[in-house]
Amino acid sequence: AKCLCCIGNLSAHQSGLLQKLLQKESAYDYDLIVIGGGSGGLACAQEAAILGKKVMVLDFVVPSPQGTSWGLGGTCVNVGCVPKKLMHQAALLGQALSDSRKFGWEYNQQAKHNWETMTEAIQNHIGSLNWSYRVSLREKAVAYVNSYGEFVEHHKIKATNRKGQETCYTAAKFVIATGERPRYLGIQGDKEYCITSDDLFSLPYCPGKTLVVGASYVALECAGFLAGIGLDVTVMVRSVLLRGFDQEMAEKVGSYMEQHGIKFLRKFIPVMVQQLEKGLPGKLKVVAKSTEGPETMEGVYNTVLLAIGRDSCTRKIGLEKIGVKINEKTGKIPVNDVEQTNVPYVYAVGDVLEGKLELTPVAIQAGKLLARRLFGDHLEKCDYINVPTTVFTPLEYGCCGLSEEKAIEVYKKENLEVYHTFFWPLEWTVAGRDNNTCYAKIICNKFNNNRVIGFHILGPNAGEVTQGFAVAMKCGLTKQLLDDTIGIHPTCGEVQKREVF
Amino acid sequence: MAAMAGRAAALRRSGARFRWRTRVAAGGVRGAAQNAAGRQDYDLLVIGGGSGGLACAKEGTRWGLGGTCVNVGCIPKKLMHQAALLGDRIRDAPHYGWEVPQQVPHDWRKMAEAVQNHVKSLNWGHRVQLQDRKVKYFNIKASFVNEHVVCGVTKGGKETLLSAEHIVIATGGRPRYPTNIEGALEHGITSDDIFWLKESPGKTLVVGASYVALECAGFLTGLSLDTTVMMRSIPLRGFDQQMSSLVTEHMASHGTQFLRGCTPSRVKKLPDGQLQVTWKDLASGREDMGTFDTVLWAIGRVPETRSLNLEKAGVNTNPNTHKILVDAQEATSVPHIYAIGDAAEGRPELTPTATMAGRLLAQRLCGQSSDLMDYDNVPTTVFTPLEYGCVGLSEEEAVARHGEEHVEVYHAFYKPLEFTVAERDSSQCYIKMVCLREPPQLVLGLHFLGPNAGEVTQGFALGIKCGASYTQVMRTVGIHPTCAEEVAKLRITKRSGLEPTVTGC
Repeated sequence: AKCLCCIGNLSAHQSGLLQKLLQKESAYDYDLIVIGGGSGGLACAQEAAILGKKVMVLDFVVPSPQGTSWGLGGTCVNVGCVPKKLMHQAALLGQALSDSRKFGWEYNQQAKHNWETMTEAIQNHIGSLNWSYRVSLREKAVAYVNSYGEFVEHHKIKATNRKGQETCYTAAKFVIATGERPRYLGIQGDKEYCITSDDLFSLPYCPGKTLVVGASYVALECAGFLAGIGLDVTVMVRSVLLRGFDQEMAEKVGSYMEQHGIKFLRKFIPVMVQQLEKGLPGKLKVVAKSTEGPETMEGVYNTVLLAIGRDSCTRKIGLEKIGVKINEKTGKIPVNDVEQTNVPYVYAVGDVLEGKLELTPVAIQAGKLLARRLFGDHLEKCDYINVPTTVFTPLEYGCCGLSEEKAIEVYKKENLEVYHTFFWPLEWTVAGRDNNTCYAKIICNKFNNNRVIGFHILGPNAGEVTQGFAVAMKCGLTKQLLDDTIGIHPTCGEVQKREVF
Repeated sequence: MAAMAGRAAALRRSGARFRWRTRVAAGGVRGAAQNAAGRQDYDLLVIGGGSGGLACAKEGTRWGLGGTCVNVGCIPKKLMHQAALLGDRIRDAPHYGWEVPQQVPHDWRKMAEAVQNHVKSLNWGHRVQLQDRKVKYFNIKASFVNEHVVCGVTKGGKETLLSAEHIVIATGGRPRYPTNIEGALEHGITSDDIFWLKESPGKTLVVGASYVALECAGFLTGLSLDTTVMMRSIPLRGFDQQMSSLVTEHMASHGTQFLRGCTPSRVKKLPDGQLQVTWKDLASGREDMGTFDTVLWAIGRVPETRSLNLEKAGVNTNPNTHKILVDAQEATSVPHIYAIGDAAEGRPELTPTATMAGRLLAQRLCGQSSDLMDYDNVPTTVFTPLEYGCVGLSEEEAVARHGEEHVEVYHAFYKPLEFTVAERDSSQCYIKMVCLREPPQLVLGLHFLGPNAGEVTQGFALGIKCGASYTQVMRTVGIHPTCAEEVAKLRITKRSGLEPTVTGC
């Protein structure tokens, strides 16, 4: 369909020129257009609107190969953090049910889990979040368009809605916040029969016996909660677990999962997925090849969940038309320290950024501060140092700062001191759970006053524990200050106060 | 609590350069006169490590080595709190798809046995540790003979004299019984007893407004027991009062009954074994009556100092509180006698402070360090059904110290993600950060009301120890999704008058 606005714009353009000479702002429809209504995009758009600017947000979800789609809010709200944590909670509740008997609660039968009840409740909550975002945008007078945005020329984008209708909009500044989508293997049967995290959280039927392909936190978190609700789960890993994370901690995460019934197939990759039976779920045959030799193996599963990585949504949004450079290999957008691309009026936030952590709070922080710098005369840049994070596997792993490997690389082993300890959460004692599993370590730089440069904790409520430590690290935490601080008793957080060796 | 500190002091001591001087036979001890009873000489004598078999509550409860925390405090308290929380989780589970019966009963006996077994394993662990570190453990009740000599009496009445160069008093405290209420001692119990009851306490009246009272009432309610709290005036005296009201508000809306502004006047045992309590409403003067299976007194604790014969050693106490007066070095009025933990005046009555004070004291006594204990910004958590973690100043204290114009309070009501699907009430989930108004806005106090409050608060306490400002907290990226991240997202000030409710992801 022709872009009607482009034809009409000719005469408007001429009179627009005059307007432009008189009032620079009204040369464009908007002060800011944000492409992508996820964590970063919405934060940026709303902050700009609060500062009095005329803002538009475009958000559009291209359905997954399985046909799944969702509302406003981006990955985090719809197919990421939120449903993930809720399903993780469902799994933890299963564990709590079994612990509770040791604490005197009486019920005899082994509790069974109903997938549909859980997903319905979770989807309802997500729906309420989608709605609250729409209300919030409306309240702040941010124009929201449920259309796919792509650049057609400088300062102009084309928005295509579900019906294929196109409208053009112009803006003085743009923010690309289009995020990512799960990657497929590129093997026979992957798009037809496999699902990804895009589909899992709204799957209308229980996935049953599941093969999770991948070793990312997405893979391990999903495998974790699926097993926690009673499903037969296998994880197929090509090489290491949680690449980029501290490997000692990653192995402990994996080891706990294995001890609790999750099967791991290490050093294999799938080469073919075949449908044996149709159904909800059906039956799939997976053929996999060893990465070390000619060995192959086969397995039959109800569901195959691919979690091998995510690809940036940057290749089909017309960036080449305005010359915004992307990393051709990864698709990510390189930006400077104020999130500006190589095209001065185009910025980017969130998962599309090259070299930045793919986390909701990072995107939100970056988006907000960007808006304040662009429109509010603020100077503050996003602080990407010592960003804490947590992997919500069955045994949670929270961390802030450097992994031990990275610390050794940057500072050299002889300049580091690592303090570590195993601990047994009090609540696990009576419940009869492992006493040599929960673990914490801090990595200190000897030559900078034993400054804490890495914090790692494996245990319950790791996220809750780690957050405050991240603040302390931001304030220059040293081993001495750690030792001087009194613990709250009895908690896992006070663990650092115990004898560390 | 204090007992653990004493033990910690002794443990640290044994690793020092000083060697233990062993029992010396009749013939002389460092030039002192002989003693036929076999006087011993030690570098360090600690009084208090749990009074062992001699600890005897009204009901005849006895417990082992480890002191209040291990036996009748933190440990069993948190375990019973956990049992109650698990009851909540059983109620949440169906929302998340678990097929669990609607009403699940609780068996007190099973829980009590499990808790008591764990405590006993800790007692054993302590004994083994003392043994491993070559600390001589005497299960005797001690009192001073003079400033260097202590007399210890065993359960059987046998006396031993012990002398030492340094003496640390870590005798802790015990629950107070009301003195002017008829039937209080005979028919009521305290926290010394509740954790060791073999049978369920049943319908319980908890008298008091301390954290002990609220924590106990909290878990009793959570275990499906009919529980009432009777308070004379305000809850959690000494804590931030806004937070304290939210704590009790939550308890009230979750099944605990409150009788505010009332004091009991009489406890009578009825023929069927139940207890009839008469109380007075202080405002109206009206008397009322109620029947309970158990009456739990939680009206405060008194230090264990009166039976020590402190005057024989010349150690001074506060005549009102009976706590031992100490300086920044933990030294009493007698230079070589120290006091730590709950028995010492002006110290927070917490296990970790006592432990650390004990450790540092021992290090100073061995000449290993000269570090003094820092009692500022000690974090703590009240393990009520909705937990309250705090560090630093309350809002009242901050205003009193700095003046209202110089204090900025950031606050927010939030909803834990896990509460959404579970359809749980989050009305009292609230955070406030009390800061200095002047940039960079130093954080004076943090108050967090919500699940896992202890876990949340610990790290922020570290931050405050590092001198965190509001600016630094805001620059720290949150971990999503957690409750703790809400602290790093605080934006609304009380001064602005704006609605402090968090919305959205």
